[in-house]
Amino acid sequence: MSASVVAAILLLLLLSGFYVGRRRAFASVGGRVRELHSLPNYYGFYVALWCGVPSFLVFVLWVVLEPRIVEAMVINGLPPEVQALPPERLGLVLNDIRNLATGNITSLAGRDPVIEAGAERYAELRGIGLYGLLGTALAVAMAGLTMGRRYVAPRFRARNAVENTLKVALLACSTVAVFTTIGIVLSLLFEAIRFFQKVPLHEFLLGLEWSPQTAIRADQIGSSGAFGAVPVLAGTLLITAIAMAVAVPVGLFSAIYLAEYAEPRVRTAVKPILEILAGIPTVVYGFFAALTVAPMVRGFGQTLGLDVASESALAAGLVMGIMIIPFVSSLSDDVITAVPQSLREGSLGLGATQSETIRRVVLPAALPGIIGAVLLAVSRAIGETMIVVMAAGLAANLTANPFEAVTTVTVQIVTLLVGDQEFDSAKTLAAFALGLMLFIITLMLNVVALGVVERFREKYD
Amino acid sequence: MTDLAAPVSSTATRTEVSQARQLRRRYAAERRFRLYGLAAIVVALVALLVLLGSMVGRGYGAFSQSFAALEIHLDPEVIDPEGSRDSEVLLRADYGKLVRDALLARFPEASGRRDRRALTSLISTGAVDELRRLVLDDPERLGTTTALWAPLSDDADSFFKGRVDTTTAENTRRLTDKQIAWLQEFDAEGKVERRFNVRFFTSGDSREPELAGIWGATVGSFLTLIVTLVTAFPLGVATAVYLEEFAPKNRWTQVIEVNINNLAAVPSIVFGLLGLAVFLNVMELPRSAPLVGGLVLALMTLPTLIIAGRSALLAVPPSIREAALGVGASKVQMVTHHVLPLAMPGILTGTIIGMARALGETAPLLMIGMVAFIVDIPRGLNDPATALPVQIFLWADSPERAFVEKTAAATLVLLGFLIAMNGLAVVLRKRFEKRW
Repeated sequence: MSASVVAAILLLLLLSGFYVGRRRAFASVGGRVRELHSLPNYYGFYVALWCGVPSFLVFVLWVVLEPRIVEAMVINGLPPEVQALPPERLGLVLNDIRNLATGNITSLAGRDPVIEAGAERYAELRGIGLYGLLGTALAVAMAGLTMGRRYVAPRFRARNAVENTLKVALLACSTVAVFTTIGIVLSLLFEAIRFFQKVPLHEFLLGLEWSPQTAIRADQIGSSGAFGAVPVLAGTLLITAIAMAVAVPVGLFSAIYLAEYAEPRVRTAVKPILEILAGIPTVVYGFFAALTVAPMVRGFGQTLGLDVASESALAAGLVMGIMIIPFVSSLSDDVITAVPQSLREGSLGLGATQSETIRRVVLPAALPGIIGAVLLAVSRAIGETMIVVMAAGLAANLTANPFEAVTTVTVQIVTLLVGDQEFDSAKTLAAFALGLMLFIITLMLNVVALGVVERFREKYD
Repeated sequence: MTDLAAPVSSTATRTEVSQARQLRRRYAAERRFRLYGLAAIVVALVALLVLLGSMVGRGYGAFSQSFAALEIHLDPEVIDPEGSRDSEVLLRADYGKLVRDALLARFPEASGRRDRRALTSLISTGAVDELRRLVLDDPERLGTTTALWAPLSDDADSFFKGRVDTTTAENTRRLTDKQIAWLQEFDAEGKVERRFNVRFFTSGDSREPELAGIWGATVGSFLTLIVTLVTAFPLGVATAVYLEEFAPKNRWTQVIEVNINNLAAVPSIVFGLLGLAVFLNVMELPRSAPLVGGLVLALMTLPTLIIAGRSALLAVPPSIREAALGVGASKVQMVTHHVLPLAMPGILTGTIIGMARALGETAPLLMIGMVAFIVDIPRGLNDPATALPVQIFLWADSPERAFVEKTAAATLVLLGFLIAMNGLAVVLRKRFEKRW
């Protein structure tokens, strides 16, 4: 028997609660439904809620607490010399016990009497815990069922009670997004503060050297690691600038063409094709950049007699620009088509050509929206990860030369956190500091972008 | 335009000439401008074509695999010297020796130690597994000689796919002249065939490119998406319904709305950091598990779902709400019986598009450790797993040349899934969405 069986039993009880409530509502008025305040189903839901919600809470509590309680009890049962082990060794012992008890690794059997005894105790405690859960949850569910059943009466407003519960549940769901943000901010802040205890804030923000590799031996060169974020940030901005140099003209001009010149048929055909570019996963772009574009850029540079790094910022930036084209074009398309037709007609009526109308009338009117779109695209480019992880360099390099390899904030986060981590080394914590920086920058860009759109939007109606 | 306001000059013809010239210039500017727009679209479309073309061009080869027919004598002395026919014995027998012997018997000229190694390296180690399966399926075969279609190694396979340039110097390529001669000899006898690469679709990851498959990653992606859907869909719909139908217009609601809009623009890798800090370090959920990956992706897609859900709800005309309230429905009944069913196609469309985005997402999964080398097919939500895009990332990083082909092919499969999902969304919208 496992926790899922208990859950299934509880579900069955829930259903029977619904049935009981419904039946009792019918019985209370002798089958004359019109004398009930609410439809019979609501009485069923009401009883089911009484039956389900408390037992569900018990279940969740058990799932969260049970492993910890059992572990603590198993540790208490271990011989004192084992208990005195340092925490990480104790964790290993506990792991062995758990594996042996669940039968994952049978080769452990018969090796260590302490572990075997522990495993036996572990299995026993888990069994007891499960029956304890079953007993408690069933008792709570039955108690709820009888409580709820007692309320069922013709004058009882079951519908209002059920609906109010539903509304509270909806409200609770809508706070998940808020809690996600709080979770992001707290987790980034918490780890970043620990980082800034090791590396002072001004060194992080103003330092020109980034080499997070902390040495294994104490006498190794650069063993302290250097955590100056400036070159990393500069690399991010370089790649972003290249990407925007591709995405803004191409995106904007295609939006202008599609909105102002293209026939409806062309427009309906081309727009979805451009959207495909937005739907391609970034890992595919990264592969494309590393496989096709980087060698192409390198070859092109060599024909010009330039020395191009194989992980040049140009290749990553170009591909990132392609990825962002549809982002710029669809947002600009929206704002351009939102410019009222009367402005265009007025300009054309004065004798301006179509391009003059677009340049002198439509674009100025749409400018706030376009700037907002570009800012959003910049924030997108700064936060983009896979393309740069696969096509940009790893070593921080303070340069503005697009043919050299640079690294970005996201690349550093990935390289610092993929693989083995220790959560007290500055190296791992640095990733969270970078993450916090990334979060703040993109958040500010978004707020500014939305602000620009709101503030400078021309209102025509 | 401005010329009209200018004073009429002494000679009318000069103005006319300059006006005509200016007009020509303006028309030329008009044509140029139009051309820029067209060029921009062409650039974007060409970029798309080059991307898809390079994936198809590199990837289609991975859907087939070269096999060579080997005559293998299933020597009972080697497999089961004691004649017990015990399955444990059969399982552990040295099939590698049988394959090697068959190969050496076929090419007796390979005598030296180095030659032998060069020869046996042409056949994939997967041949041993296939031979073992053959014997385990039917132990009666012992003592007979069977023809085994053995998969060729990645280098030999790429030779038959024409990816080995035989004109270059011998030491710069992965196959020696001798190996190529053997392969050609084999081929001339008609003993090499290219078949559909079933293994690519049915097996997990492997260090050997010719044995690596995407099934493990596909299952991992599927499990992850299930968790994402089960978590994000109810939460997203509930939030959308609350904000659109029930929420009072107050400060708290405004906070939630601003917050959702900002959350939609948070870089995906930040969600990975959240998952690492909260799900792995605080809640101590298992690393590399689809459960955690699904939860992280759910939080990431939640804003998308909420926004899509709200616009779908908003599209339901007020008259329907008024009619429902008019015949005595409560507000909750109005929403659950009328508004929500009518908005459902739009919500589902948004959900599918959100799921497609989650399917293609890689960065947050790297943060929570779904980036390990995992051979086994995951069987549950807590098993270590990778996802398709992560598999692409892993293979793209691999130094083996033959993995390029696999990576591109996996990309094609991923794109296929995405096209199917988006197509479904389009069909759903076309078929069920009502216009009022």
